[in-house]
Amino acid sequence: MDVPLGSGGAGEGKLSPDSEPPFLVLEHLDKRFGATHVTQDVSLSVARSEILALLGPSGSGKTTVLRTVAGFETPDSGRVVADGEDVTDVPPERRRFGVVFQNYALFPHMTVGENVAFALESRGVKKKEVREAVARALASVDLSGFESRPVTQISGGQQQRVALARALAPEPRILLLDEPLSNLDPSLRGRTRRELKRIIRSIGITTLFVTHEQEEAFELGDRVALLNGGRLEQVGTPRELYAAPATRFAASFIGRSSVLPATWQKSTGRARLPGGAAWPAIAPWDLLDGSPVDVIVRPEALSFGGPRDGAALEGRVTDVRYAGKETYFSVALADGAELEVLAAPDAAQPGWKVFVAPLPAGPAPRAYPRESAG
Amino acid sequence: MRRANGGAILLALLLLWLVGWPLLVTLGEALEAPRWTLRHFAEFAERPEEWRALWASVWISLATVGLAAGIGVPLAFLFERAEFPGRRVLGALVALPVVLPPLVGVIAFLFLYGESGFVARGIQALFRRDESPWRLSGPTAVLLVHAYTMYVYFYLFTRAGLSRLDGSLLEAAQALGASRRRVVTRVVLPLLRPVLTAAALLTFMTSLASFSAPYVFGGGFRVMTTQIVASKLNGDLPMAMVETVTLAVVALIGLFLLQRSEAGRVVTGGGRGIAPARRRLGRSRWIVAAFGWLLAAILLLPHATLVLVSLVPRSTWTVEILPPVLNLSNYAAVLSEPERLRPLVNSLWMAVVATAGALVLGFAAARFAVRGRARLGGVLETLLSIPWALPGTVFAVALSTTFSVHAPWIGRFVLVGTAAILPLGYLVRNLPLTGRAAFAGFRQLDPAIDEAAASLGAGRWRRMWRVDLPLLAPALAAGASLAFLTALGDFVISIVLYTYETRPISIEILSSLRLQETGVAAAYGVVLAALSAVAFFLWNRPTEAVRPPG
Repeated sequence: MDVPLGSGGAGEGKLSPDSEPPFLVLEHLDKRFGATHVTQDVSLSVARSEILALLGPSGSGKTTVLRTVAGFETPDSGRVVADGEDVTDVPPERRRFGVVFQNYALFPHMTVGENVAFALESRGVKKKEVREAVARALASVDLSGFESRPVTQISGGQQQRVALARALAPEPRILLLDEPLSNLDPSLRGRTRRELKRIIRSIGITTLFVTHEQEEAFELGDRVALLNGGRLEQVGTPRELYAAPATRFAASFIGRSSVLPATWQKSTGRARLPGGAAWPAIAPWDLLDGSPVDVIVRPEALSFGGPRDGAALEGRVTDVRYAGKETYFSVALADGAELEVLAAPDAAQPGWKVFVAPLPAGPAPRAYPRESAG
Repeated sequence: MRRANGGAILLALLLLWLVGWPLLVTLGEALEAPRWTLRHFAEFAERPEEWRALWASVWISLATVGLAAGIGVPLAFLFERAEFPGRRVLGALVALPVVLPPLVGVIAFLFLYGESGFVARGIQALFRRDESPWRLSGPTAVLLVHAYTMYVYFYLFTRAGLSRLDGSLLEAAQALGASRRRVVTRVVLPLLRPVLTAAALLTFMTSLASFSAPYVFGGGFRVMTTQIVASKLNGDLPMAMVETVTLAVVALIGLFLLQRSEAGRVVTGGGRGIAPARRRLGRSRWIVAAFGWLLAAILLLPHATLVLVSLVPRSTWTVEILPPVLNLSNYAAVLSEPERLRPLVNSLWMAVVATAGALVLGFAAARFAVRGRARLGGVLETLLSIPWALPGTVFAVALSTTFSVHAPWIGRFVLVGTAAILPLGYLVRNLPLTGRAAFAGFRQLDPAIDEAAASLGAGRWRRMWRVDLPLLAPALAAGASLAFLTALGDFVISIVLYTYETRPISIEILSSLRLQETGVAAAYGVVLAALSAVAFFLWNRPTEAVRPPG
C-alpha cells in the first residue's frame, strides 16, 4: 500500500524547521549487504545546529545510515550532501565529520591527551596549538588535567567524554554519535545525556545520533527520524511522533500503547471493536468503509467506567504495575485482546471485572489499516 | 571503506611466485614437462623402497601423535588441575623444548641416550660390558625423539584449553551427580576436543615433515623426507621430484582429513566464566610433586647433557663414564675462530632478513584482507598458509628446482648457490607464522579503531604507523619471534640449499659431529638454544597488555 504521508511523515522534503537551507542532506540512500536490503530510499535533511536522532529497533538500518554519512559505507545509490558539498565519494578522513563510536574506539595505546590530539596532529597543527586545543577540548567535557592519563585507566563515563572531546577537538562540520550512551550504567546515563546535550548545544554543531532508546531520542533530539526495516517511517518532533504517529509501527514503537482489532466505519469516523463498542478514532489514511483496522490507544487515553455507553469494553484486571502517582492496569477483554489503562492506584484490583472506555479529552485512539502491521 | 585491490593483486602475484610457482615447477618437472609423462610416477610405484618410505612417514607420524598425546595430555592435566609444590616452575620448565630448534633436541638426545651417550656408558660400566647395550637407531629411536620433542604441543594446547574451561560447567555436571571420571570423559574431554585436534594436527604435520631425527637416527630406516634428500644427493632428480610431490599430497590429505574431523563441530562454553579451581591435594601432593620433578628431570636431562658435553674439550673423553675434563675451550673456538664463527653470523643475518621479509608480507596481506576487505583476501591467506601444510623438504626441493634455471620471462632465476636462496627459503617457510600472527592480530582489532582514526582525518599511512602497528606489535612480535627461531635453527631447508659460504649453524653442527667434534657440536647447540631462548623471551616478554578501554 502506498503510504500517504501527513504532517511530519517520512520522506517530506522540507524537514528543516526554518527556511535556511539544510546543512546535511541524505538523498535516497540505498544499501544492500548481500541479499539484505539494509537501507531503502532513506532521505533526510538536518538543519544547521540541529540535533537529529535516528531512532529504531535493532536491524532497522540506523547505524548503516550513520556509517554511510561518516563515509565508512558507500551507498549503492543516493547522495550525502554536507554544507552544499556532495561528500558521497569523499573518504572519511577528508569529510571533517566527528564521530563518537558506540564503544568509543579510543586508541588504547595512547593517553587521553594523545587521543584528543590525534586529529590535530594528522593535520600538521603546531605542537603548541595542539596542546592548547587539547586543553580546551578536555575542559569543555570537564576533564581538565586528564591529558597524561591512560585511557584504559579512566571510568566508562570519562571515556565517553574523552571520545566526545576527541571528536570535537578538530572542530568538525558535523557530529555523528553511534549509540553514545549505551555502554554506560543506567545510573550514569541520565546525567551523561544531559551533559552531552549541554555540550552539543553550547557548540551549536549539527548533530546526527543513533539510538534505540526512545527516551534518549526524545531528550536529545530536536527532531527524531524513526526507522524500521531500513525504511524511514516518520520524521518529526518528539511531540509529533507521540501525538500523531504516521504509521502503525510509529504508533506502537513510540510510547506505551495497546492494539485492538476493529472494523472501520467511514461515515461516523469510528472503529467498531469486537463486542460491539465503537470508539471514535483518527485515521491518518483514507480508509475504506468496513475495512479491517488496528486501533492503537495509549494507556492515558483510557479510563474505567460503567457499562453506560456504547463505547465501554468489558474485561478483567489481570495485572497491576505501580508507577508512583498513577498505576498501569492490564485488562484482558472477553475476546482475548489485552488493554493497558493508566488510572489512580486504587481504581481497581487484580481480578476485578471492569469497563474500559476512551477518555473524551484524552489523546484519541488511532486506526491503521491491518495490512500495514509491521 | 575503499578497497585497495591494486596492492592486493600485486601482493597475491608476489606470493604466488614465492609459494605457488615453485610447487608448480616441481610438479612440472616430475611430469617431465613439456612432454607430460607419468613415467617417473610409474617408476616410483614399482620401487618397494619408495612405498616403504611413504608408509614409514605415515605410521611414524600417527604413532608420534599417539605417544606425544600420551605424555603431553596427562602432564597438562597434572600441571593445570592439581596444586602441588613447585607446580609453576616445573610447568614452565616442561614447556621449554618448544623454544628449542629440533636439531638441538635431536643431538641432546644423542648425547644422553645414544650408544656412546651417558646412559649407555653408565650401563656399560655397571654391567662391565665392552659394548654399548643398545644402538639408538631405526624407527624406535626416531619415535622416541619425536615423542620427546613433540609432546610439548599436546602439553601446551591442553593446558591452554583447560585454563579456558568454564568452571561452572564442571560444577553443573557435579551437581547433576556425575562422578569425577564422568565429568572428565563427558564434559572436559569433549570440550577439549578442538584443542586436542589442533595439537594432533600440528604433531602429525611436524612429524611428517621431520627431517633431523630420521636423518640422524634413521640409519637404514628411511622416511619420505630423508628419501627425497637421498635421491637428490644421488643425482636422481626426477625421482626426487616425484617423491616431493607424493609427500606434498600425503601432507595435504592428512591436513584435509584431520580438519574434516572437526568441521561442523561447534563447541561453545570455552572462554567464558571462571576457570575451574585447581584440586588441592592432601598428603599425596608430595608424591605428585616428586613425580612431577622426576618427569621434568627426565624431559630436561637431554638439554643438561648438551651443556655438559659442550664443556668437554676435544679428545679428552674416551672410556670414562663422566668426562674427566671440563672447560670452555669449545665455546672459545666457536666464538673466536673466524671459520667457526661464520655459521653463527650466517644464521643470524639470514634469520633476521627472512623474518623481516616474512613480517612485511604477512602484515601487508593481513591488512589488505582484513582491513581493506580486499576480494583477494581468501587467496592471500591461503597462499600464506600453504608452506605450513607442506613439509620443509618439499619447499626446499621446489625452491632448488625453480631457482636453478635462468628463465626470467617465466619467473625463474638462478639463485641456488647464491647468498639469496637460503634467506628466501627461510622467508617462504616463515610466511605462515608471521601471516597467521598478523591475521589474528587484525581480526582481534576493533574495526571501529581504524574508522575512528579515519574520521579524525588520518590517512592510510598514518593510520598504519600510529594505530595499527602499535596495537599489533605484540601479535607481530610473537609471530616474528617464532619465525626467527625457526629460521635460526633450520636444518631441513638448509641441508638442501646451503653453500659453504652460507652454511648455517645446523649444518655446522652436523659437520662437527661427522668430524667427531662432539664438544664443538654441543657448544653450537647450546649457543643456538641460548640465542633462541633470548629471542623468544625478548619478543614475548610480559608487557602491560594494551586492552581496549572499558
